[in-house]
Amino acid sequence: MTYIAKPKFHHPGLKKNELGYTHRDYEGKISTLCAGCGHDSITASIIEACYELSIEPHRVAKISGIGCSSKTPDYFLGNSHGFNSVHGRMPSVLTGANLANRDLIYLGVSGDGDSASIGFGQFAHSIRRGVNMTYIVENNGVYGLTKGQFSATADRGSKSKKGVTNTDNAIDLVAIALQLGATFVARSFSGDKTQLVPLIAAAIGHKGASFIDVISPCIAFNNHAGSTKSFDYVREHNDAVNRLDVLVGRDPIAVDYAPGTVQVVEQHDGSKIALRKIDADYDPHDRLGAQTFLAKHAAKGQIVTGLLYVDPDAEDLHAHLNTVDAPLNTLEADTLCPGSSVLDKINASLR
Amino acid sequence: MSDKKPLSSVNDFVVRFANVNGSGSASANEMFARAILRHGVPVSPRNIFPSNIQGLPTWYEVRVTEDGHLGARGGVDMMVAMNPQTWDKDVAGIEPGGYLFYDSTKPMPSTKFRDDITVIGVPLTAITNSTYTDPRQRQLFKNIIYLGSLSALLEMDPKVIEQLIGEQYKGKEKLLSSNVHALHLGRDWALQNLKCPIGLRVKKSDKVGDRIFIEGNSAAALGAVYGGATVCAWYPITPSSSVAEAFTAHCKKYRHDPETGKAKYAIVQGEDELASIGIVIGASWNGARAFTATSGPGISLMTEFIGLSYFAEIPAVIMNIQRAGPSTGMPTRTQQCDIIACAYASHGDTKHVLLFPEDPAEAFEFAAAAFDLAERLQTTIFLMLDLDIGMNHRLCRPLKWDDAKQYDRGKVMTAEMLEEGRDFGRYLDVDGDGIPYRTYPGTHPTKGSYFTRGTSRDRYARYSEEGSVYADNMQRLVRKFETAQDLVPRPLQANAERPTKYGVIYFGSTSPAMDEAIGLLEARGHQLDRLRIRAFPFHSSVASFLAEHDFVYVVEQNRDSQLRQLIVNENGIDPVRLVPIVHYDGTPITARFIAKAIGDHQDHLKVTPLRKAVS
Repeated sequence: MTYIAKPKFHHPGLKKNELGYTHRDYEGKISTLCAGCGHDSITASIIEACYELSIEPHRVAKISGIGCSSKTPDYFLGNSHGFNSVHGRMPSVLTGANLANRDLIYLGVSGDGDSASIGFGQFAHSIRRGVNMTYIVENNGVYGLTKGQFSATADRGSKSKKGVTNTDNAIDLVAIALQLGATFVARSFSGDKTQLVPLIAAAIGHKGASFIDVISPCIAFNNHAGSTKSFDYVREHNDAVNRLDVLVGRDPIAVDYAPGTVQVVEQHDGSKIALRKIDADYDPHDRLGAQTFLAKHAAKGQIVTGLLYVDPDAEDLHAHLNTVDAPLNTLEADTLCPGSSVLDKINASLR
Repeated sequence: MSDKKPLSSVNDFVVRFANVNGSGSASANEMFARAILRHGVPVSPRNIFPSNIQGLPTWYEVRVTEDGHLGARGGVDMMVAMNPQTWDKDVAGIEPGGYLFYDSTKPMPSTKFRDDITVIGVPLTAITNSTYTDPRQRQLFKNIIYLGSLSALLEMDPKVIEQLIGEQYKGKEKLLSSNVHALHLGRDWALQNLKCPIGLRVKKSDKVGDRIFIEGNSAAALGAVYGGATVCAWYPITPSSSVAEAFTAHCKKYRHDPETGKAKYAIVQGEDELASIGIVIGASWNGARAFTATSGPGISLMTEFIGLSYFAEIPAVIMNIQRAGPSTGMPTRTQQCDIIACAYASHGDTKHVLLFPEDPAEAFEFAAAAFDLAERLQTTIFLMLDLDIGMNHRLCRPLKWDDAKQYDRGKVMTAEMLEEGRDFGRYLDVDGDGIPYRTYPGTHPTKGSYFTRGTSRDRYARYSEEGSVYADNMQRLVRKFETAQDLVPRPLQANAERPTKYGVIYFGSTSPAMDEAIGLLEARGHQLDRLRIRAFPFHSSVASFLAEHDFVYVVEQNRDSQLRQLIVNENGIDPVRLVPIVHYDGTPITARFIAKAIGDHQDHLKVTPLRKAVS
C-alpha cells in the first residue's frame, strides 16, 4: 500500500477520451510493488482499457483479496471505490456488491494464491453463478508477499528460487473456468499489452462472468531459470489463438485487420470484439473445443493465450434471480416493507 | 392395574408423542397443539428431534397450560408411544399416575408396562389396515386416527379439529374428507371401547386472546422483510435453515413487483458460511441491507469476516440460531452457548452488538431493528436466537409495525453533501459519537471515493501503520460501542413485591421458564428482582442492578455461564456476587430447574449468618 502522494498535474495537451477524461483520471496511487513487477503492467492495461472504453471511473467498483495482486486496485482508478477484502474471498464480496447495485462495473482482482489455493472454492462458485464481473487473476505461480513459496498454479517440476522442485500438480484456472461455465474466458501475459488491453476491455463489456488469467512474472521470486512463469519462459512458450480489438461504437481503436481472418463478435452492451485469428481453426464459441485445444497445447508445454471462449448472449446472476431493474440499494421502506395491514393478515393466519 | 391414583387435571398437563422421524407424525402432532389453542387454552409445543431425516426417534411435546407457562415443564403426564425403539425409555419417563397411549394391535407382555400408570391401548394398525390398502396412506392416516382417539380421551371438541383440517386442506376436498374420516375412526373407536374422558381434560377457556402461534425463525425472517433486507446469503445448517427458507417464502409473497413480477430481493445459497458472510459484507458495503442466518459452526467460519466488518466498519446482520456446541455438538439440541464467541468474534480486539429476543415477537422486532442498528453503527449486529425459540411454535403477542417508520440508513454522505464541500473522511469522527460517514460506491465522479481495507489506516482511509494512528482508530471504535449502548433494546426490570437484596439476570429463551420459576420461588418464600437483558453492550442499568443487590443469579443455558463472564468482564465487578445458574444438557431450561437451583442456593445463604453467630 502506498503512502506516497502522486502529483495531480499533467501536460495540458494530454489526449482526452469521449467523456473528456485523460489517462491520468484513471490512475491511482503510486505502486509500491517491486520495480518491474508484471502486476504493474496489468495495472497499466486496466487503466488503458478503462480509458479507451470511456468508463466513468467512479462507476467501477474494484474488489480484491489479499496478496501482491490484491494491492493493485489502489494503483488504478483512484476515483473508484476499492475494497481490499479477505484472503481468497474477493469473489463473495464482489458477488454481494453486485447484488446490491447491478449498475456498477465490477472488477475483481486476485492472485494465484488468492484464487487457486485459499479462495479456490469462491473462485469456482462465483464463476458458476455467472456474476457479471471481470475477474482478473494476476498469476505468478508464487507467493510473493511471503517471499517465494509455491502457489497452486506453479507447474509440476518447476523450480523455486531456492532450488526446490514443485512436485504437486498445477491448477489451470482457465481450464477450470471453462469447465464451470464462465461465459468469457481468456489468458494473456502481463508483458503483452497489445493483447491484454483489448481482452480487458472486451471482458468489461461482457455481461456475465468474465475470467482472465494473466501470467505475470514475479521478478523477485519467480523469474529465474527453472520457473515456468518467468518472462523468458512465457515468451518462448506462448501460443496465441487470436488477437483482438474492441470497438465501442465510435472511431475504432486502431484496428489492424489481418486480412481474411477477422471475426467480429457483438456483445450485449453493443460493443464489438474483432478477433484477428492467428490459428485459423480456432472457434471461440465452442466451449468443448476450447477445453480440448487447451489440454492439447498444455501437453505440448505451450501456454495458450488470447480469447479462448465467449458466449455473447450470456445471462448473469441478476437474470437468474429475476431481480428488479433498480439497484437493490436504492429501494426504501415504501417499496420493501409490506406494512401493517399485511401484518394484521399474517397475524390472523397464525391464530 | 394402577397402584397410584390416576392424574387428574384440566388444561394443565404435558403430552409427549414418541414417533419415528419421517413417519408424517409432525403435522398430526402440530394439529393436536393447534386444536387445544383453538379451545382457548395456551400450549407450548416443542420438537425434540434427531439430526437425521428418516428412521430415528423423534418426540413432540405439548405442554397444555391454562396459566400460560410457555417454558418447558419437565416430566410427561401422557405418553403417546408410537415408537417401539424408545418404548422402554418412554414408558419409564411417565409421571406416576400418568397415562400411556399405545398401538395395541400387537399384544405386549405385561413386563413392558408399569403398575402406577394408566395404559390405554387402541389397535391403530388394525384400524388402519382394515380401512386403507396403500402403505403411505396407512402410515399417514394412522397419525390422524390417534389424534381422533386422543380427542375423545381428552374430551376435546371434534369440530375444532375438523375446522383445522378444513383450513389445512382448503381446496383439496378429497384429502379433507379422508382426513376427517380418519379422525372419526379413531375417535369413535375410543368412545365405544374406552372410558372417556380420562383424568386429563381440555376444557374451553379464553386464555389465548389475540396471541399468535409462530416459530421464531419464521418471525425473524419476517422481521428481515419488514426491516428492508434485500440480500440474503446463507448456507444450510440446523437449526437456522428455516430462517432463509422462511425469508424466501415471505419474499415470494410480499416482495415481487406487481407489474413486472421481478424480485425486490436476492437470495443466494452460498457454497459455505464464508461465502455467505462475504456476500453480506459486499452487499452492505455497497449500500444494501443484507443478512445471513447460521449457527455455531457457521459463526466459527465467519469469524475473519466479522473482524473485517468491525474494523473496516461495514454493516452486517447475522442471525445465530444457537445449538449445543462445541464442534458439531448436538445439532438439534438447544443452548445459549455462543455468547462469548459472538461478543468477541475475531482475532484482535473486537466487540460486537448482540440482541437477545425472548420469543418470536421480539425476534421479529429485533430482526427489523438489527438492520437499522447495523447501518447506524456500521458494524455486525448479531440476532441471538436459539433452537428453542427458532424451531418451535411459540404463543406470543401479535407482530406490530408502525407504518410511519422510515429506515435509519445511518450516516451516508451523498453526492449533494460532497458537492457542498463537506469534508469526507471515511473514519473521521465528526459528531463525537464514534460513528463516521460512509459513501456508497459510485456516488460522485471525483469526491468521496475511498479504499476499504482490513489493514490499519488513518481518518481519511489512507493506509498507515503509525502506532498513534492505529490507536486513535481503536479508541474511536470503543466510543462507537459506547454509543451503541443507548441504541440497543434496554434491559427490562421487574421487582419483587417486597424489597430484596437478591436479583436474577436472564435472557432469551429462558424467559418463560424464569417467569414461571419466580412464582415457584415466591411460594418457597424467596423474593427476587428480575432483570432481563436484551442486548450487549450492556446498558448502564445493568451495573445499577448489580450494585443494588448483594447476590445476583445469572441464569443461562450453557456450561460456562458465558453471559456472566461477559457481565463480569465488561462491568469489572466482583464475580463472587454473580451466582451462575446453568443448564446445558441440550433440553430447554425449565422452571423446576431454575426454582430448585436458586431455591437451594437461597436456603444455603440463609444458613451462613447463623454459623457465623455461633463461632
